[in-house]
Amino acid sequence: MSADGSNDPDADAPGPDAEGPSADGPADLAAYLRAEVAATDFRIVVATMLAVYALFAVFTLLAGGGLNTLGSTWVRLTFLFAAYAILSLALNLHWGYTGLFNIGVAGFMGVGVYTMAVLSTPPDAISGMGLGLPLPVGIVGGMLAAALVGLVAAVPALRLRADYLAIVTLGLSEIIRLTLNSATLSGWTIATFGFGTGGGSGIDLPARPTDALLDTVVGTALVDVLDPTITASVLRRSLWVLVMIGFVIGIYVLLARVGNSPFGRVLKAIREDELVAQSLGKDTRWFKIKVFMLGCALMGLGGILWQGSQGYVSPDSFRPIVTFYVFVAVIIGGSGSNTGSLVGSILFVGLLFEGPRTFGNIVSNAVSLPSAPGTFAGAVAPLASLDVTPLLSYLVGNISAFRFILLGVVLILIIQKRPDGVLGHRTETAAAIDLDRPAANGGGNDE
Amino acid sequence: MVASNTIDRGRTLLREQPVLALAGVAGAVLVLDLLARLAGVEVPLVGDRTFGGSLGMGRFGGLLWNGIIVGLIFGLAGIGLSMTYSILNFANFSHGDLVTTGAFTGWGAALLVAGWGVADVGHLLLVRPGSGANPNEIGASIAQAPLSILIGAAVAAVATVVVAVAIDRAVYKPMRDRGGIALLIASIGVALALRYVIQFVYGSRNRGVTSTQDVNATVLGITIDLHEATLVLVAAGLMLGMHLMLQRTKLGKAMRAMADNKDLALVTGIPTERVVTATWVLGGALAGVAGYLYVLERGTIEFNLGWFLLLFIFAAVILGGIGSIYGAIAGGFVIGFVHEVSLIWVPSDFNAAAAFTIMILVLLYRPQGLFGGVTTA
Amino acid sequence: MSDAPLQVRDLKKTFGGIVAVDGASFEVEAGSLTGLIGPNGAGKSTTFNCITGAHTPDSGTVVFQGEDITGRRPDQIANRGLVRTFQIARELEEMTVLENLMLAPKGQLGEQLWRSVTPIARGEVIEQEAELRERVWETLDFFEIDHIAHDEAGTLSGGQRKLLEMARAMMTDPDLLLLDEPLAGVNPTLEEKLLDRIHELRGQGYTFLLVEHDMDVIMDNCEHVIVMHQGSVLAEGEPEVVQSDDRVIEAYLGEIDV
Ligand SMILES: Nc1ncnc2c1ncn2[C@@H]1O[C@H](COP(=O)(O)OP(=O)(O)OP(=O)(O)O)[C@@H](O)[C@H]1O
Ligand SMILES: [Mg+2]
Repeated sequence: MSADGSNDPDADAPGPDAEGPSADGPADLAAYLRAEVAATDFRIVVATMLAVYALFAVFTLLAGGGLNTLGSTWVRLTFLFAAYAILSLALNLHWGYTGLFNIGVAGFMGVGVYTMAVLSTPPDAISGMGLGLPLPVGIVGGMLAAALVGLVAAVPALRLRADYLAIVTLGLSEIIRLTLNSATLSGWTIATFGFGTGGGSGIDLPARPTDALLDTVVGTALVDVLDPTITASVLRRSLWVLVMIGFVIGIYVLLARVGNSPFGRVLKAIREDELVAQSLGKDTRWFKIKVFMLGCALMGLGGILWQGSQGYVSPDSFRPIVTFYVFVAVIIGGSGSNTGSLVGSILFVGLLFEGPRTFGNIVSNAVSLPSAPGTFAGAVAPLASLDVTPLLSYLVGNISAFRFILLGVVLILIIQKRPDGVLGHRTETAAAIDLDRPAANGGGNDE
Repeated sequence: MVASNTIDRGRTLLREQPVLALAGVAGAVLVLDLLARLAGVEVPLVGDRTFGGSLGMGRFGGLLWNGIIVGLIFGLAGIGLSMTYSILNFANFSHGDLVTTGAFTGWGAALLVAGWGVADVGHLLLVRPGSGANPNEIGASIAQAPLSILIGAAVAAVATVVVAVAIDRAVYKPMRDRGGIALLIASIGVALALRYVIQFVYGSRNRGVTSTQDVNATVLGITIDLHEATLVLVAAGLMLGMHLMLQRTKLGKAMRAMADNKDLALVTGIPTERVVTATWVLGGALAGVAGYLYVLERGTIEFNLGWFLLLFIFAAVILGGIGSIYGAIAGGFVIGFVHEVSLIWVPSDFNAAAAFTIMILVLLYRPQGLFGGVTTA
Repeated sequence: MSDAPLQVRDLKKTFGGIVAVDGASFEVEAGSLTGLIGPNGAGKSTTFNCITGAHTPDSGTVVFQGEDITGRRPDQIANRGLVRTFQIARELEEMTVLENLMLAPKGQLGEQLWRSVTPIARGEVIEQEAELRERVWETLDFFEIDHIAHDEAGTLSGGQRKLLEMARAMMTDPDLLLLDEPLAGVNPTLEEKLLDRIHELRGQGYTFLLVEHDMDVIMDNCEHVIVMHQGSVLAEGEPEVVQSDDRVIEAYLGEIDV
């Protein structure tokens, strides 16, 4: 990371330039080096991503998949990268920057998605009932609602100890999920206001706006050209993924600016020692409330772009496990670093979330294993006669349980052995400019 | 005189803790409403809402009894959570999965004893993971095979202790000097790993376990469920045992000292590692038995049963004041009653939310717990 | 009514059963360098905490520049120009020395969220940051911690932390500075220099209240000394007078309780 922490790809240039015409040699060199380091950050993200793509290309080829399968796999991976990236950036703002231990991410996502759904789902949907307003209204409404719920939680809760805040936010997220799950509530709101959440049966969602693009003249032509190699469905999903990547970049730049500013400096100070920040005259309450609301709005947005883009959603998508996934991503990348959040999301999705499943599929396809025994007993009993195949096929058949075990173990190992994350300890300086001694000053003016 | 004192105190409370005062008023209104309902008084309010109504004594008694049952489970499991929270200084998010550990290991043993010869060992030991002999054929009930039920409880305790201590050695011991948040995160990892190891071994099916034959008995004209009666007896007995242990034994006193102040205990030379192990042993055993008894009462078992209980257990512990085992027991009853009795007012898809709401309000406005500020175990 | 900028009256603070401050009253005159001394546990730091809002006193009042600030939040008090340092340095560990100092100045535009993210407003923020950076480097040079400017505060030595703490407090441009043992762990040359600087700042109208255990430092530098013992003010006056006060000597020797 460069000294001014300009870890957003666009800020490495404006940072040093904007602060004055000190065009002598050393400053230029410093600017060059800074740009280089910032670029390295960007490179880490891209390299990690390419490595994961390559890994899955190998997986796909081994499994005998064609170009379309590969494309489909990559699109799915990228979709999940982007979804987790947005959520982990938001969580990193809370926890990494400000030290607010929020484990109610899923709840805030739920508020965002459901508000969007209730605003923008057509009134004649099969499940749930919306108001049929334009999608942008729904998205903005969803973010605002998530921010407002954040505000209501923040005002009393932000003075709590970190572990109490954790329990409060987890409780809140479960209350939100149970509320969305309530058939009674949905029936009542439909009767009273004409919209409802659909309770446990979930709610239909408005279509992705990008889908319509493929129905245009250009779109149909493109589909026709690509058709046998890349199917329309992959194309449709990849268009949406492009939109999500746009959001990831936007949010990254936004949060880099938040972090690299006096505002971000106060956040860091709150994380380190709130009393010090207060003793220097910072009204920390407002900083915490603002940052909590901003993070919650982004969690709502992340939920909308992810769970909200799949035509249908139910309260089950907002179980606490989703929050823990996001936590794992942030911790892998190293809390406190925006770049780390991106890298962590990629590694989480690639190696922990999708990897084991894909790998299991390949194994089961390649090594024609007998059908898996129904129970663990059936798997281990043959061990007595030194037959390991039932155990193996049981393992492959239950790869999803295995994935969670792996997740838990990785979480424990990282927090034990590498609490700063895979990228190690990083200093992303919280200032809007490079803090090196200004060259024009000549330096050492005291003696 | 007394009245004016009360009013004064009310005023002070209103000024200093408005939310708590509001909660007090709301509670009082609910109690009045409850009394009105029991008396069959109904006063119309706005719309079709009324104050009071009708509520049969029988239904109310049933809800109270259910409240006691779940309250005992929450309290029993809560003791261990409360002890680890205060002595090891972190919120253990894997406590619910220790409860599940006890349920599966205990019932594996109970089924094995009760159903010996009825079905193959794998089917019994893994608590009916797939098709095979059904619960009534296996016959695990307190009426048909009381010994198997008791053996199961003992195995639940022992197995959970072994798991809890092993996890402590592998995960938490290397992290003793780390902060509460690092430990909390590690415990989330433990929770995931443990839960899915259980799923991997025992399968993900939600299935029946206990035999339902002959479990209802009539004593003095009242029909009682013998499994519920067993739960109440065993849980109350264990709580009493805990109380005696903490008050009478040296170890108990050391644990109370450490719960109060870890640094002090370090200085005064209480062997802290031993106390830590004792904490896991006691807390793990109670959690395991709580999970076992929970299944005894509800009759079915699944791999995330403990995880679903976790927030309720936290609620009980927080209500009672973290670090106090009596508080955890009392908090368990309060949450149990809230969970069941709230059904009088809220639809059944909101009673869990009501319990969580109360937990949040207590954390926000009375973090030392409802029953006074002292955290002596 | 006196016009001293800081007036403390009947301050009382208890922790459970311990009475830490027990009816302390004193004033700090404008432009003075006042010493606050007393044996360990006399209640000096607790008095600081009550004055600056870190603790709420049980009773008593604190008046700063004519305004009752008792029980105000620490940030409100600091923004009125009454700033303190901590006895046990509370550096912001994972922030660099530069960040620590950049944090302190008041009225930073970029502390408003919208300004730090909107394009044009951010330009102003950047300009102001550049000005602050000048001041920060001057302060770093003065306190001779410029060579560790980029180090994380958590890696500094005890003396360096003290310097950082004081430098950071100076960056808020306070009217009255409460220094809790600022010289503990600082090397003698630097100590001299710090005291010189304190005198220099006094000349410019700043006021200091200084807790210090080194009697020589107090006697040589302060024109007024307040002695605390068991939570209340035992004696006060000019250094020579206080030094020869029997009660003070006894309190320090700890032979009788007063
Ligand atoms: N947060 C606290 N909780 C409990 N007791 C406290 C607390 N802060 C201070 N005390 C007690 O109050 C008394 C006064 O402490 P204080 O730190 O104010 O003394 P001091 O004069 O600054 O001493 P020293 O010269 O050692 O710094 C001591 O007995 C101390 O133990
Ligand atoms: Mg002190």
